[in-house]
Amino acid sequence: MLDDFFIRALVAGIGIAFVAGPLGCFVVWRRLSYFGDTLAHSALLGVTIAYSLEFNIAVSIFLISSVIALILIQLQRKTNLPSDALLGLLAHSSLAVGLVVIGFLTFIRFDIMGLLFGDILAVNKKDLFIIWFGGALILITLKIIWKPLFASTVNYELAEAEGLNPDRAKAVFTVLLAAIIAISIKLVGVLLITGMLIIPTAMARNLSDNPQKMVIFSIIGGLLSVFIGLFSSLEFNTPSGPSIIAAALVLFIFSLLKVKQTIQLKN
Amino acid sequence: MSIENNILVKLNNVGLKQNQKWLVQGVSLQVEKGKIVTLIGPNGSGKSTTAKIALGFYKNIEGNVEKYTSNIGYVPQKISIDWTLPLRVNDLMLLTENLSDEVINESLTLTGVKHLKDKSLANLSGGEFQRVLLARAISKKPDLLVLDEPVQGVDFTGEIELYELIKELSLKLNCGILLISHDLHTVMSATDHVVCLNGHVCCCGSPSEVAKNSEYKALFGEQASQTLAIYEHKHDHVHTTDGEVKKK
Repeated sequence: MLDDFFIRALVAGIGIAFVAGPLGCFVVWRRLSYFGDTLAHSALLGVTIAYSLEFNIAVSIFLISSVIALILIQLQRKTNLPSDALLGLLAHSSLAVGLVVIGFLTFIRFDIMGLLFGDILAVNKKDLFIIWFGGALILITLKIIWKPLFASTVNYELAEAEGLNPDRAKAVFTVLLAAIIAISIKLVGVLLITGMLIIPTAMARNLSDNPQKMVIFSIIGGLLSVFIGLFSSLEFNTPSGPSIIAAALVLFIFSLLKVKQTIQLKN
Repeated sequence: MSIENNILVKLNNVGLKQNQKWLVQGVSLQVEKGKIVTLIGPNGSGKSTTAKIALGFYKNIEGNVEKYTSNIGYVPQKISIDWTLPLRVNDLMLLTENLSDEVINESLTLTGVKHLKDKSLANLSGGEFQRVLLARAISKKPDLLVLDEPVQGVDFTGEIELYELIKELSLKLNCGILLISHDLHTVMSATDHVVCLNGHVCCCGSPSEVAKNSEYKALFGEQASQTLAIYEHKHDHVHTTDGEVKKK
């Protein structure tokens, strides 16, 4: 069954949707969408390093993203620049350096469009293993740090006062973010991963009145986006990543109808 | 835990300097089981900072803090819930501890907001929100409660009611309470020990002693202390507008 490229893409997409939902909620709650974007941009550099050193791509991306996160923390401490400027600096410079390095590696043929926007044909059985095994690890870790992470998202001082160690939870969460980018790059590509994290979550926000519901709805939204996106990608021969994200956008637009209704009810 | 004297937390001559400026300096106090210690003082006098030092937020403090419990309930001075995070009262109650429904209901009933349990936090009034925060802090039956202006936004009768509740709780749970307020009057009846801060400890003692103290009057105005002071001591310093101490 897994010999069919489309089935493999579906299985990969389902795995990623399960992980992207809960992580995406925290990205939205903690206002980290630009941070996620920066990590994702730096992933391209990770890919080139993986190719030139013949290293595992997911591991390489994970390491580079973690390094970029550390550099960001250092820059925030040592410069007077605002965070969004630093994020832009890191995102675009790492993307640019990645592309320049690709230019030097003339002996390898890169599918740049595939790297940037995802390529379902490229998902092999090993990738499926990395996605499902890595995804399970990410979810288990998130479950473990859920309480301190969630409490400090609501109020940092409260979490710290009551002994929950919010700084550790934050550091672990950054690693998890780097990890999901590493495992989902083949499906949606570096430029669209943040969309996979944020758009189903944004849809879920419109439909939920409590955090648990929001997590569940964002998983459902992610799954639907993967199904609709991949099937239409097959039908209309469109690139997989953009199709998934476009499907997520359509779901988001539908969820706005619900918001409109609630606002009308209130008035 | 230091059992002999029931001390929960003890501050020994602590101070905190940030950006070459002392936020607070030379503060010593202790909170014991079943006792309420109130910090009063004007804005920027270091009340919240002192409470945060007691909670162990800062690493680079002067002096030292002895803490004998880790079961702490905290009501921060300011808490703003982001609208991106949908949160009901019930979710907030479960924030740092997994509590049973019974315990949650009991705490919410104590602070008089049980009917709001399934409401979204975004729809609460300021006073209701404070009551929910207080319920959350007491729900895990802490040894030490740190309450940073817990009644802000609550109307006058509610304020007195809540202070009475806080007093009741300290006896019922036998917990120590570090309370921050900017008004001595409303907390008077509930407090065992008052520390009046203005960058340093201006005066301390029982509420009536502090009310009579000239430094307290200098800070809060003559009207604030309704009782006429008999005891008076000489000022050896004045405060600049940002609370810094200047020797005369």
